[in-house]
Amino acid sequence: MSALLFAASLAAAQTVGAARQKELVRLVRQDCGSCHGMTLNGGLGPPLTPQALKQKPAEGLKATILGGRPGTPMPPWGAFMTEAEADWIVNELLKGFPNER
Amino acid sequence: MSARSAALAAITLTALAGCVQTELRGTGDLGVIIERAAGRVQIVDTTRETKLGAVEGLGDLSHASVVFSRDGRYAYVFGRDGGLTKVDLLRMRIDVRVVQSGNSIGGAISQDGRLIAAANYTPGGVRVFDAETLELLADIPAAYGDGSQRAKVVGLEDSAGNQFAFSLFEAGQIWVADLSEPRVPKLTKFKDVGRQPYDALVTPDGRYYLAGLFGEDGVAMLDLWHPERGVKRVLAGYGRGEQPLPVYKMPHLEGWAMAGSLAFLPAVGRHEVLVVDTATWREAGRIKVAGQPVFVMARPDGRQVWVNFAFPENEKVQVIDVETQTIVKTLVPGKAVLHMEFTPRGEAVWISARDDSRVLVYDTATLELRSLLLVDNPSGIFFTSRAFRMGL
Ligand code: HEC
Repeated sequence: MSALLFAASLAAAQTVGAARQKELVRLVRQDCGSCHGMTLNGGLGPPLTPQALKQKPAEGLKATILGGRPGTPMPPWGAFMTEAEADWIVNELLKGFPNER
Repeated sequence: MSARSAALAAITLTALAGCVQTELRGTGDLGVIIERAAGRVQIVDTTRETKLGAVEGLGDLSHASVVFSRDGRYAYVFGRDGGLTKVDLLRMRIDVRVVQSGNSIGGAISQDGRLIAAANYTPGGVRVFDAETLELLADIPAAYGDGSQRAKVVGLEDSAGNQFAFSLFEAGQIWVADLSEPRVPKLTKFKDVGRQPYDALVTPDGRYYLAGLFGEDGVAMLDLWHPERGVKRVLAGYGRGEQPLPVYKMPHLEGWAMAGSLAFLPAVGRHEVLVVDTATWREAGRIKVAGQPVFVMARPDGRQVWVNFAFPENEKVQVIDVETQTIVKTLVPGKAVLHMEFTPRGEAVWISARDDSRVLVYDTATLELRSLLLVDNPSGIFFTSRAFRMGL
């Protein structure tokens, strides 16, 4: 992991508490999962596995999550999470997203 | 209770009663509930409103759907991971299971009950199986453009004459596959039907195939009695040029919410249920609802329409009175309401609340809660009465 990414994930972990992390894991697995698959291996939306995302800049992924992609079914989630929370999700996606429980 | 302990219990009961045979029963009041995360289905009895037993080992069941054999004995479960499992409802065990693709969305059973078709995302296409053995009979790649691209297949529906109709999401096409010779499918392709068809349904008579469009306001309609007339656009521009609202879950066009000559459909990107007059295929009204509708389902007698919603309004269910086209009740069954299923004649409706791990049974006359079943992260609920209806 690059030093930069590590620093970012530390910062994200600091601002997203354990209880909220648990909620976000559920949100991603269940609600993002309705389009990306519960295993995140893809559905109507593309796979969100480390393999699929590793070439893509984290900033762009975060912007997609917060702002959506107009003209595609990817909706904006900015009303339901902070920037730090979106950062946290992107970091976890790049590492391999945690399972529920 | 696992299938094995249920079977044991049944044997013990009959032994106590002094019988030598296990009790005979029909399947007309049976159904299955998908336990999304556990890869398991619960088999339920809609008369006694209870679980009878569970069948495990069905793989990734997020977004799973089910069709039934015409004798009502077997449930065919389509899993997200491409698994297709034939479950014996009476013995409560897996009869046959195949993993047929990488990523599947649902399927259909042919008019004569002999063929099962599965709609796949990756690799995009349709595969057709022998309903008895699940042997692969035909593979139809959803190739488009120069032929090297494959589209995700959505809205796979059965219709008369062992035909299946389906839509290609990225390609904006509708295909009809005639499987009267199962190993030699005959395809008719309709191009430029509209942007991003996301799901479809057929009317109960099997005549009209309607594909909802995500990329534009409107519905693509094919008259399967007259395919030569081509695909027509209905409800074009229902959004009246307004900016669509974000859709946090794709709506489903499963079933056909039809009451008299009126049909009820979820709008996309509007918090509305659209009312269509099926005599003219024109808009006959719209009803403001609590959020982005996901399922819009008519009680079998067509007097009420029940609606559930996408995140973040997914704790609610609204009941529309068809005669007055008004909402008569907003229920809050629980967290993450995913699906609703009416009993065969509609006196009750079963509703799954995923995050509460509950299935709630409501009386549709009083709109009161009748029973509650504990089910682990329930999603789809499917009753055997679907076996006798086209498009389900
Ligand atoms: C209604 C369906 C839907 C939901 C729900 C959804 N997505 Fe998406 N998402 C899509 C689609 C479709 C795309 C592809 C957009 C395109 O074609 O560019 C996408 C793209 C993405 C991408 C970019 C992937 C890439 O390879 O560039 C990310 C990251 C993403 N989604 C994350 C999420 C997260 C996180 C959530 C939940 C908070 C979520 N999505 C919920 C449909 C959805």
